[in-house]
Formats: sequence, C-alpha cells, structure tokens
Amino acid sequence: MAGPFPFTAIVGQDEMKRALLVAAVDPTIGGVLIFGDRGTGKSTAVRALAQLLPPMKAVEGCPYHCDPARPAGACTHCASGGKLTARTMSVPVVDLPLGATEDRVVGALDIERALTHGEKAFEPGLLARAHRGFLYIDEVNLLEDHLVDLLLDVAASGENVVEREGLSMRHPARFVLIGSGNPEEGELRPQLLDRFGLSVDVRTPTDIAMRVEAVKRRDAFDRDPAAFAASFQADEERLRRKLTAAKRLLPTVEVSDDTRRRVAELCVALGTDGLRGELTLLRAARSVAALDKSATATMAHVKAIAMPALRHRLRRNPLDEVGSGVRIERALAEVFG
Amino acid sequence: MLDRPAARDSQLEAALRARNLWDDALAAADLLAVDPFGLGGVVLRAPAGPVRDAWLVRFRAGLPHGAPVLRAPCDVGDGELLGGLDLSATLAGGRPVSQRGLLARADQGALIMAMAERLGPTPAAHVAAALDRGEVVAERDGLSIQSSAKLAVVALDEGIDDDDRPPAALLERLAFRLDLAPLSHRDVDAGDGLPDAALIRAARECLAAVAVPDRLIEALCAACAALGIGSSRAPLLALKAARAAAALGGRRIVDDDDAALAARLVLAPRALHLPADRGDDEQPADEPDQPSAEDDAAAGQGPDQPDDAEGEVRTLDDAVLEAAVAALPPGLLARLQAGSPRLRAGQAGKAGDVQATVKRGRPIGARRGDPRSGVRLDLLHTLRAAAPWQRLRRHAIGQGAGQGIGQGASRPLIEVRRDDFRIKRFRDRKQTTTIFVVDASGSTALERLGEAKGAVELLLADCYVRRDEVALIAFRGVGAEILLPPTRSLHRAKRELAQLPGGGGTPLAAGIMAAGLMADEVRRKGRTPTLVVITDGRANVTHEGVGGRGKAQDEAAAAARSIRAQGHRSLLVDNSARPEPRAGQLADEMGALYLPLPRANADTISRAVRAGAPTPTPAGLRR
Repeated sequence: MAGPFPFTAIVGQDEMKRALLVAAVDPTIGGVLIFGDRGTGKSTAVRALAQLLPPMKAVEGCPYHCDPARPAGACTHCASGGKLTARTMSVPVVDLPLGATEDRVVGALDIERALTHGEKAFEPGLLARAHRGFLYIDEVNLLEDHLVDLLLDVAASGENVVEREGLSMRHPARFVLIGSGNPEEGELRPQLLDRFGLSVDVRTPTDIAMRVEAVKRRDAFDRDPAAFAASFQADEERLRRKLTAAKRLLPTVEVSDDTRRRVAELCVALGTDGLRGELTLLRAARSVAALDKSATATMAHVKAIAMPALRHRLRRNPLDEVGSGVRIERALAEVFG
Repeated sequence: MLDRPAARDSQLEAALRARNLWDDALAAADLLAVDPFGLGGVVLRAPAGPVRDAWLVRFRAGLPHGAPVLRAPCDVGDGELLGGLDLSATLAGGRPVSQRGLLARADQGALIMAMAERLGPTPAAHVAAALDRGEVVAERDGLSIQSSAKLAVVALDEGIDDDDRPPAALLERLAFRLDLAPLSHRDVDAGDGLPDAALIRAARECLAAVAVPDRLIEALCAACAALGIGSSRAPLLALKAARAAAALGGRRIVDDDDAALAARLVLAPRALHLPADRGDDEQPADEPDQPSAEDDAAAGQGPDQPDDAEGEVRTLDDAVLEAAVAALPPGLLARLQAGSPRLRAGQAGKAGDVQATVKRGRPIGARRGDPRSGVRLDLLHTLRAAAPWQRLRRHAIGQGAGQGIGQGASRPLIEVRRDDFRIKRFRDRKQTTTIFVVDASGSTALERLGEAKGAVELLLADCYVRRDEVALIAFRGVGAEILLPPTRSLHRAKRELAQLPGGGGTPLAAGIMAAGLMADEVRRKGRTPTLVVITDGRANVTHEGVGGRGKAQDEAAAAARSIRAQGHRSLLVDNSARPEPRAGQLADEMGALYLPLPRANADTISRAVRAGAPTPTPAGLRR
C-alpha cells in the first residue's frame, strides 16, 4: 500500500502547514484546530505529517510504545522491571472516527482475552495508541461534547485514567490533538476553542493557477502514488532533517525580555483572557525560531505564528462582523509598528 | 386554438429533456464502470422503481466480470461496514473469529447504500475514509483490521426535498449526482439497457495512458471557480471523469467534448452560483422555466462550435462552463438567477440535522439493569460483562452447583446471569430549536425591519451561548421562504439575516404555516421548537399569494390557531409603530406570548425566550 500524499507536495495552505510543523516540533503546544471548507486538504495535510515525522524508538511489546530512554511512570508494562528492548516505529497518527464510543477511545475490557482465557484484561483504546503521536479528529465540531471534554482532559494531563467494567488502571497518553471541521456545520464551544494551542483557518485558494497545480499534483499522485512520492522524496527528506534539527534546538532557543514584553503588550491590546494566549504564542514562536535554525525567537517569529496562536482566544461578540484576523493584524501593526 | 401547438411543443420539449437526462445518466454509469474507484461513485436520486433498476442494471453490467456488488442498509453498523469480531462464531468456537466488513468485501466492486439520505454521520465517515484511502483501517474488538477497499459507492437517495440529502461528507466524494426522479419508465428505453462490455473493458485498460492537456485542467478549475465550487475534489473528479470519457471514446488524449461532459456531470450539480458575467446576457426573466431543454441540447455540441474570434483557451473555458451551466436543473437555475442564497442551505445544514436525529436516542453507554419492557438490552455489553466469568461458571456447573439459565445436556456455550444484563442508556437532551419568522413585507417599514433584525441578532447570540439551533423563515411578497433550516451555525444565520430584503405584500398566513410545518418537523426530530413571530399582524396576501385583506386576515388567524392546536410554544413580537389590537388578537389565536416592540427591546424578548415562551392553553381557557 502506497504511503499518503507527501507533505511538501501540498500546494499553498502555508499557515496550516506551519502550525502543524510547530506542533510537531513542540508537542506540548496544545494541539491544532483546523477549520475550513471541505476539500481544502485538511485530512491530507495531517496524514502527510505522519509520514514526514522521523521514526521514534519505542519499548518492544509496550502497548503504549513508551520511550525506552524515559518510560512513563504510569506505564505498568515498562514499570514492571526487567530489561526493555527498543524497536523503531513511525510516529502514530490515530484517527478518531466520528461516532467512536467512549470505550473505544479510553479502552475497555479485552473481550478476546476474556473469551479465550477467562481473564480480565485491559484492551487499550485509541488514546493509548496515540501516545507520543497525534490524535486526529475530523469534524471535531460534530463530536459529542463529553468526548471532546474527555480528550482535552487527557491531552492536558497526559494520562488516561480508566475506571470501568471492574477495571481500574491508568496509562500514559501524551499526544498532539488535531481537530478539523467545517464552521458552516456548527461551531465548537468557546470553552473548548481556548484549549487548542493553535487555530488555523483554511480557505480554498482563489488563485486559479494554484488550484490547477493542486489538481495536477493530486491527479499525478492518484495515478501513480509511488512515482509521485519518489519525486518529492528529496524535499521530504530535507524537511524531515529540518524537523529533527528543530526538535534538538528547541530547548535552547532564547526569548529576549523585550520580545516577552511586546508579546504581553499584544495580548493586552487584544484583550485575550488569561495567560494561555501569551504562553502559547511565546512557545510557538520558539518553535518557529527552531525551525528557522535561529537561537533566539525574534519578533518576526512571533508575527509568523501570532495569528494561529491568538485567533481563537479573542473574546468576541458572536455577531461581530469583523473577523478575529483583522483585529490581530491591527494589533500587530500597532504593537510592532 | 393557439395553445395546441404550444402544448405539443412543451410535450416534445419534456420528452427531449427526459431523453437528455437519461443519456447523461447512462453516460455516468459507463464512466463509473470504467473508473469505479477513481470517481468514487454516484448519488442516485430516484424513488425505487423501474428507472432506478434500469440504471443499476446498466451500471452492474459495465463492471468487471465477477466484481462484487453489495448492499448496505442505511442503519448499517460499524461492525458490518468495517468488520470485526464475529460474535456468534466466536462464542460458538470459543476463540476469536473475525469477519470482513462490507467495505472490504466490496473491494474492486461497488457498494450500494440504500436510503442514503438517512445515513448517519458515523457510517458516512467510515465510507468517506475508505474512499479517501482505498483501504479499511480500523481497530475493533481487539482486532487490527486493514484490507484493501477500492470501490465505488452508489448512494440511493430517496429524499424528496433539498434538505433531505445524503451526508455532505459522502456527497463530496462521489463524482456524479443524478436526479432521475423526473423520469418515468416510459423514458427508459429497453433497447439501451446494456453497455458494450468489451468497450468498457478496453477503456479500463487504457485509462492510465490517457493524457490530459494542461489547458483542460485549467478550464475545469476555472469553471469551478466561476460556479463557486470551493472543494478541490470537484475539479479532480471532473478530471477523472473526462479521462474516463476519453478512454471510452478510444482517445489517448482528453478532448474538449470529454471535458464538457465532465463539467456537465460532475460540476453542474455542485454549482453554488452562476458565473458572474452570465446573469445579464441571458435575460433570465423571459424564460425562467425552460433554459434546460434548449441548452441541454446545445450543450452536447456546445464545444463543437467555438467562437473562433476569441483565443483558444478563452473559448474552451467558456465551453466547459457553458456545458456545466446548461445542465443545471431548471428550478435551480431560476433560484440561482434570483440571487437567492437558498442553495447553500440544503447541504450544509445536513450534518447538523443528522446529528440531531441521532441525538434523540444517542446511546451513551450501558449500565447494569433488568431488560424489562421499555429498556433495550445491550447485547454486546452483556456479553462483555459475562465473558470473564465463563470459565468459572462452567467449572461451577461442572460440579453440579449450576443455577445458570440452561442446565444439563443443553448447556449454553455462554453462561449469562442476571448480574450481567446491561441495558442501553440514551441521552435525550431537550434541546430547543428557535424558529424565527420575520415579516419582511412593505407594511413593516424599513426601519422597523432593521429593528426586528436587531432583535433577532441578539436572540441569535443568546441561542449561540445556549447551543440551541435556530431557523429563519421570512415572508414577503407572495409567500414564505425558509432562509435557514434549523442549524447551529450562527455564521450562516447572521449572513442570511443580513441579506434579507424588505418590501412587498404581507402573506402572514403563509409565514405562520411554514413555521408550523417546520415546528412539527423539529418536534419529530426530538427537539423542542419555539416560534418567534415578528410582525405587525396586518395580513394582505392570502396563502395562495393573491391580494385581499379580509381573506388574508382570516387565513392568518386560522394558521395561528393551528399552531396552538399543535401546542407549539410561541412568542409574537409586534413591531408595528403603534401597537394595535390586531397583532394582540393574533397572539391570542396562536396562544403566544405577546410583546409589543416599543416596550420589548431585544433584551426583553431574549429573556422571554429563555424563560420559555408559554405553552398554549386550550382554546376557551384564555389567559
């Protein structure tokens, strides 16, 4: 089976691509929300990202594929002692289909083991599989509210606590939540919006040349996926190296006090609630800097990611015709001159 | 005397239109047979009957010999679609037995989805994922499922109106949308029943070698832009349709006719608006009803007669666009030309609707309980609960201490005890749908309309906070129009409201009746409707759209009474400059809470809605 469409072959949609890369560099950013029309390549981009990520090392046999260097405390498998062997696996990108039941998400009694061996065992759910990777929810705005709550809780705590069917256990579940949806079909609760780190709006490119190019590439891919992927192999490889380097560089990226102050000014000017906006913006700016191979995050890096980091945090009159984007641009111009 | 030839003409025209429609349908069937997976499939809107059967026969005949054609019901479960643990075989055998799902079994063939307009969002999402990836990937019942699923989906759509459509996620991925409802079995020629199988096979084989000139891709993309089609799947599917058409015609390079056919079949049904520069030179008002027959006929040859004066690309763009525009169904065209924003409504609201339906009885898990009448046993959870104890219980029975359901020789393979019973829990959130009925007639002076809009906007904001659904009906001129079917998208409600024009007569009865019908439907979906009627109560157009104050008033009163008879909650906001008894009387007839606007600022109304408008009292017990 051929792999997904290459990330570097996606035409346009720069904001979405940047936000996804930032989340890949810094998984603690809090996930990405992608809102836009159908057929704008949301799912394609997420699946492409999965393939782009450098493979990771995981503990052999561990259902939560823990990092052999740092097994998570809550993992019963890795904490049981004994020697851990490592294997290489690709970073998991798990789809959460619409209508998934809670037991499939958090895990449940393993019916197979129960039937065959009469044992009460835990069958890990989607959250376990997404540990150290990405959890992708298409049409997140149509997902049941209680599931979204649950996901955000787990995403924030990094741990999945299961109390059901006589099972009582916990396991590590640190993942980047990626949600996508079409705003025409209903909006996300404002409380939930704020918990996503970055928020991106995707639009159909109005430029015909871009649309033509996108259609051509997709068609070429559909006709011969392997050959098409091969023609982008070099680009993919380059981006992969860039990602790896950025991940390594990230912990050392500095932010000057001046930049911090300006970010604070920006958030005050926009009236964002709480500190999450500022923190996310600074963090995201550091990732952008790391991708840029820069040792310090500058105002340019802040500007590059300010829109996705703040767009969904503005307290808004739901009937306000002026989009958040315009307000952010205005504030950026004011604060940064 | 004069109308005789005219009648014959229109008969002829109807026959011609039917012929064209059927020819297109057959063309789509053959194209789909050539490239089933690439094109994704078709939405076939038609009632069950000979026409639909004839189309399906044609389509099946074109598929490769032995290709599976399976059928899925609209309430198909995850297990059936994706596959999973075969519970009965597993229990019988005492070891896990897996079962392939419909999607995997339909690989290299087709899946026919019955009553697709009632398909839920979950199965639609699974089918969409299979169409996107060409494989089924799922983790279910402890099994990892991954198998190839390259198939075409035939979504049988028996819906009647625009709101009754298959889920958007599915529509989006299927190349063709055929509306065969206008055809009768007389239009279907038995002679053209079967395709040339050899031709289709040959086309399938040379499909990969067919080249598409760049200028054609550009023309298709330009047509998409002109028709307001945002998704990039549309031009891609059109491209594949054109390629299949070329292969079928034995050509190695896609030509203009192929592109025109693709535009007609793939792009036209997706059009959201008419190309900007067309409205003027078409003179739509003259012949609102019949552009399709002529243009349809012309469309076939449209590309054959390029205006040589222009540059080549230009004419090609036009030809492709022309073909698409010509294929727009007549009613649709009229609406597009009237600039009505209705079209977006139909599909986009769908996902919300479907979800609402599901919500009525959305299972939210199971709990221990007695499966008596009224509650539903959750078999899977019951078995899950029973599963871990099987060895123990069997052991116990073996020692002669069994008190299980079955004993002795006919001992069941699985021992289920009372403790294991799990019943399904449903959540029935009593959600409200607020239906706004706005009087946009001329008697409502323009600034009053502005005030009404302001009030509605505030209410909308309020509904947004409470996650209610809203719907918007306006009446003016000769009738009422549903501007917005129930939706949660504030975005759209706002837009529709802003675009609402004013002026014309006051068909109050039509407005109230439309609201009543919608309220009934909302209630059927398990939600609670609340009507907010904003009017001055002065009706002067009857339900039939004829002027006449007296009759119009009587009809309005009758419509109002039917609202009360149905027991819908309602609120009447009187927006006349000086409150008159008329609107108050109407409110009484309706059993509605009456709020004259000068005193009812938007806040008051909002509070009234929040507090729950009164449930009407039976006639005679007036408040």
